[in-house]
Amino acid sequence: MMNGSRIALVLLMSCGIPSFSQESAIGNLTGHAKSGKALYRRYCITCHGAHGDGAGENAPHLDPKPRDFTRSTFKCRSTPSGTLPTDSDLYDTISRGVYNSGMPPWRPLTRQDRADLVAYIKTFSPRFHEEPPGTPLLIPPEPPASPESVQRGAELFQNMNCWSCHGKEGRGNGPSALTLTDSKGYPIVPFDLTSGMHFKCGDSSRGAFRDLITGLDGTPMPSFTDALKPEQVWDLVHFIESLQSAGTREASQAKAEPNVK
Amino acid sequence: MGLRWVKEKVRRSMGIATVKRITVQLLTLGALLSAVQPSYAIPAFARKYNLRCSDCHEAWPKLNNFGQTFKDQGYQLMTGRDAPIYQQTSYFPIMFRSIPFWHRESDNRVATDLVPGNPGSGQVESRVTTSGFDISGLDIWTAGTLYKNISFAVQPALDSSGKAHLLTYYVRFDNLLGSRWLNLKVGKFELDTLISEERELFLTNTGGFYQNYHFTPPGDRTSFGLGDHQLGAELLGHSINDYTRYSISVLNSNDGQVGATASTYDVYGHFDQGFELPKMGLQRIGVYGYVGQRPTFFQTSGGAPIAGTGMGNRSFSRTGLYGLWYLGKFDFTTFYLHGQDNVFLGNGVRADQPFNLPPGAAGPTWNGGFVEAHYTYNPQLILLSKFETVQMSRQANPATRKNLGDVRVWTVGYRWYPIMSSRAGLAWHQEYARAVTVGTAPLTGRDDVTSSFLMGFDFDF
Repeated sequence: MMNGSRIALVLLMSCGIPSFSQESAIGNLTGHAKSGKALYRRYCITCHGAHGDGAGENAPHLDPKPRDFTRSTFKCRSTPSGTLPTDSDLYDTISRGVYNSGMPPWRPLTRQDRADLVAYIKTFSPRFHEEPPGTPLLIPPEPPASPESVQRGAELFQNMNCWSCHGKEGRGNGPSALTLTDSKGYPIVPFDLTSGMHFKCGDSSRGAFRDLITGLDGTPMPSFTDALKPEQVWDLVHFIESLQSAGTREASQAKAEPNVK
Repeated sequence: MGLRWVKEKVRRSMGIATVKRITVQLLTLGALLSAVQPSYAIPAFARKYNLRCSDCHEAWPKLNNFGQTFKDQGYQLMTGRDAPIYQQTSYFPIMFRSIPFWHRESDNRVATDLVPGNPGSGQVESRVTTSGFDISGLDIWTAGTLYKNISFAVQPALDSSGKAHLLTYYVRFDNLLGSRWLNLKVGKFELDTLISEERELFLTNTGGFYQNYHFTPPGDRTSFGLGDHQLGAELLGHSINDYTRYSISVLNSNDGQVGATASTYDVYGHFDQGFELPKMGLQRIGVYGYVGQRPTFFQTSGGAPIAGTGMGNRSFSRTGLYGLWYLGKFDFTTFYLHGQDNVFLGNGVRADQPFNLPPGAAGPTWNGGFVEAHYTYNPQLILLSKFETVQMSRQANPATRKNLGDVRVWTVGYRWYPIMSSRAGLAWHQEYARAVTVGTAPLTGRDDVTSSFLMGFDFDF
């Protein structure tokens, strides 16, 4: 049987009105949804929409489409596929932006502002009220990249069918590339692994490792945390990194953003 | 805004004692400032990135930190799609801004003929009040990226009479050596400052510019304004979130006058630091300094000065500090300036004719500042107020009244933005400003009081 507050919460959600009870915790920062609402209306609403459903006025013009917060499905997480991201995951995404999309880095906002935005974004989905975030997956220390590791990674790239989307040479032009859609049915293009180390969720080796073990929820990119051992994931990361030097490093460096860490 | 406005602004800000001095200085400054006061709000970028005005502007045209970061990155968001190759072929980065308005202007100390139409009838000081509809002219902005990490800006503008002026024209090489701390700009541009006169929210003849940015003491021949666009090269650097910024510029010693080279160079430096305060948000403090030279005479041909041959150069400086303070929906801008001109510049005397200096002559010095307060009710409504003052601390000629030329200006207003999309913007603007200039009444030497009221539609697309 539902208690009163739960009923009120459900009523609020059914009316599409976010509850302001939500907070976020990022390090020693506490974000407040009430403050985040004003920021959201200033900075986010045109793409993500007033109801957080990714249907802002600019959404028709954007590719990829803005995130639909009501589905609580997020690409960039430290948590297992299918689970909620941590507050820090959302904070990092806001700060870093999503490379090669319409989502810019929002580091110029204060840390408190970004924490407040996280709190408000969470109000769009009742899942954040009902379940905790997933437990962050551990990323073991990176072993040295060696020719042998790269070779093993190349074999995994072949055996795990990565090439079917990303292409034999990692250029994002595999045989399945043109058929892919995201969870809302919009066409989606596989990442061109030769274009630089600017992955959606970070541009470091650890970022690549994390993407491989968490998957990118809402996209066809699955999690390999059960299919691969950590050392195998590192082999795959080393192979992906090697694609930068296979005649494309110069071009990718020219295209790459300066290091903004 | 229109050329006529700019001239009036210069006239009122200079605080000159005699009509002849006014005329001479305006002839010089009028040429240098023959510029439409531009205002920056660039829907061209909003269209490119699908962002709304409020993403980059606290209230356009005033930038917030996100917009300032975007500007400092060379009009790039660093999303990997900044180069023009990623835009649709039909996209062209251009925007227009104009303001049709109604205004009322009043000046209580205008020298008028005793009998209208009869200059021989003698003159008296009278209050002159005019009002009516008007237009601001047209600002045109095209700016963006030529290539990744190469950006540009070109800003032709039409004054209210339709005359064109080239206000901004530069190319900028961003993130040199892969570093945010090395960005090189070459061309004509506004001096780097976070209190941009181009982005000021006020519009009236009296309050729509910063007196401190254009003030010149009575009789002074220094042609310079901190708010004027200058010709030269600027090296600028910034941290990833723009909390730390610096810039150093080397500039022609001719106040940005195109087509007339100068024999010396000026230097401008600026540094500012942002910091977060709990529950108050981002605060910022900055320091700046401009050191330059101006000629006191020229080589001549048939008695006419030859441009770019300035001689007898003498120095001047403008230094100060400022703060941007945020407290919830309130924000305050505080600004301080100390100005100093060489004695020859201050007295309008050739440096090779020191015997023409008045007894006890000295380089004029003055202090100025303003406090500007905003209340941002929401991104679509902002209340405005400003108090500005300039006070002489030493006159060039000791025989001159000590406070001659001092200026005090009060301004209040608001802007309401009913349309604020990623494609265009429209604001309803109302403002009242009142200025007192000490001792500049043309006949009696009493204080001159002017006031302006304006209401109009400020739109860009």
